[in-house]
Amino acid sequence: MPTTEAQEIDIQTDIGDFLYPENHTYDAGTGLSEKTIDYISDVKGEDDWIRDFRKKALKVFNDKPLPTHWASGDLKAIDFDQIRYYLSGGQKPSKSWDDVPDDVKKTFERLGIPESERKFLAGVEAQFDSEAAYSNIKEIVSKQGVIFVGSTEGLMKHPEIFRKFFGKVIPTADNKFSALNSAVFSGGSFIYVPPGVKVTHPLQAYFRINAQNFGQFERTLIIADEGAEVTYMEGCTAPKFDTATLHSAVVELVALKGAKIQYITVQNWSSNVFNLVTKRAVAHEEAEVKWIDCNIGSRLTMKYPGVVLKGRKARGEVLSIALANNGQHQDTGAKMIHAADETSSNIISKSISVGEGRATYRGLVSMPKHLKGCKNNTECDALLINTNSRTDTYPAITTRGQKNSVQHEASVSKVSAEQIFYMQQRGLSEGEAMSLSVNGFINDLAKHFPMEYSVELKRLIDLEMEGSVG
Amino acid sequence: MSTLEIKNLNVTVAETQILRDFSLTLPKGEVHAIMGPNGTGKSTLAKALAGHPDYEITSGEVLLDGEDILELEVDERARAGLFMAFQYPSEIPGVSIANFLRAARQARLGEDEELEVTKFYKEMYEKMDALQIDRKFTSRAVNDGFSGGEKKRNEILQMAMLEPKYAIMDETDSGLDIDALRIVSEGVNKLKGPQMGVLLITHYQRILNYITPDKVHVMFDGRIVKSGGKELALELEDKGYDWIKEEVAQLA
Repeated sequence: MPTTEAQEIDIQTDIGDFLYPENHTYDAGTGLSEKTIDYISDVKGEDDWIRDFRKKALKVFNDKPLPTHWASGDLKAIDFDQIRYYLSGGQKPSKSWDDVPDDVKKTFERLGIPESERKFLAGVEAQFDSEAAYSNIKEIVSKQGVIFVGSTEGLMKHPEIFRKFFGKVIPTADNKFSALNSAVFSGGSFIYVPPGVKVTHPLQAYFRINAQNFGQFERTLIIADEGAEVTYMEGCTAPKFDTATLHSAVVELVALKGAKIQYITVQNWSSNVFNLVTKRAVAHEEAEVKWIDCNIGSRLTMKYPGVVLKGRKARGEVLSIALANNGQHQDTGAKMIHAADETSSNIISKSISVGEGRATYRGLVSMPKHLKGCKNNTECDALLINTNSRTDTYPAITTRGQKNSVQHEASVSKVSAEQIFYMQQRGLSEGEAMSLSVNGFINDLAKHFPMEYSVELKRLIDLEMEGSVG
Repeated sequence: MSTLEIKNLNVTVAETQILRDFSLTLPKGEVHAIMGPNGTGKSTLAKALAGHPDYEITSGEVLLDGEDILELEVDERARAGLFMAFQYPSEIPGVSIANFLRAARQARLGEDEELEVTKFYKEMYEKMDALQIDRKFTSRAVNDGFSGGEKKRNEILQMAMLEPKYAIMDETDSGLDIDALRIVSEGVNKLKGPQMGVLLITHYQRILNYITPDKVHVMFDGRIVKSGGKELALELEDKGYDWIKEEVAQLA
């Protein structure tokens, strides 16, 4: 069924004007119809239930309007008919490392990306040799009974767990883009941690996904059974030079009684990408879910990680950092749905707007009247670098009844000319002074990031800020 | 050539002329005090030398060891060896003093050179010990929530670590209680020496009880109107600034 006719497509990114012809064994072509879905299901050899699930999702996607009544009108720029919804089995690209522009090589060097990974990231190697690192982690955790596989492998080999939770935290019809993902998803991870198992190694999607090729419509499902603990990390700070301009992932987390899940994302998209992601968790009794989310780059990012606090004393937390540079809009935030007594949630959001960059915080905290002893703390701080930078805050906090407490603090600050003068007088260039200010602004949050990520993040901010001063 | 030489400097702020043909030569190894009533341009002098963008230099020259620095950016002047202790130092939330100093020292190295971190900390702690500054101090964010005295102590520590050729102290003594004043003065006394010239800008004579200047200049209406030894400071303390104003008026 799958056509093996290799077509030539253009890969273009803003940085360094990448233009690579690339060959794919499996290519669903442009546009989205039932045929596209049949193609995907055939290539993957999926069961009928998942094929039906995809087709129902397609209908929902087609029926739902773009959410432009509250979100950016820029969404209209997405031409769904021009998108390739499934590509895989890429052959070795014809370009070599020597063809990669020097400034891109320099960026990798400055970010401290290991040699072995640079070629993959630059798109001159279809995959870098991370298979070993992945198998290693997989071997360690499988001894504890942990399942850590791709989502396709998960739904095929572990249907009894997969089907029970899949699409339950984020229903297909949640929003237009969760419906799109449900129709065409591929890639992403499936993780199950058995009761009482504490996974000491953070599980890194970076290794696994790179070994299989990155998906634009990833689907991740993580289940931590009673008393289990797991940390998952995705993304990396290196710019992704990607073919696709639309990325729409769905991530569902389930923390059963007393379980703890920490989900860490650091992403740096190239500036032509629409990154429209739905991430949500359900926390049962005394469970804890923490989202740590760092968004850099992209044309438009819309992402509001949420936690449904379903069981008594459940705890949810979102720590997020967003950096919007010229031509970029970071529309991010958090959702905390309190659905049981004595649940608590904490949201700390920091955004940085550079040049004409725009950062928007959207929060949703809901505490119904019948609950008691619930607590929420929301802090959102925005830093504006230039006079034409923009930030907006929409904190929707709905609390009913007298037995709950919410606290909200918001601040907007500007890097002042006096502060820059002071730092320059100590010998720092204007760009160095700017990045030091920005790093200081996010410092207390960045401390929660794993060491290697916070170091990369700092370097990345240095690079972003260098371009911001005239 | 080992001088900071200011020649006929004219400076305007928001189109108002503040410095008028200001001239002064500060040799390395000397401490010069600049005194004068409020509004005569003392702080303007400091900021114009450092290169603050609000202070426009309309004419004149500033030579640092013979090199004209007026075409240099703020940070280039700093790296050339000019340091200014601020009257109101800025706060930099989230950036520790240690990291700030590391960045400042790193900025003085070539592009391919990496600061030797262990050596840096060793040196910093030695200097903090000498200045009797608690070692916990440098893990605090720069000036964030600092008392007036702590801010000034931080300026002195930065001066010690950056080892400038010429240091301009812009009313470093203002707003300090007597203990803080003593700490700051002792710091300057420990740091001064043949390798550095100090320009001590002050409104009050009292800091000169702790730091002995080689020369005292009295500034009025944008220029130096009288220079002398340390005894001139005492005379000012005694008689105030009015007699200077009268002298200037008579000359005019």
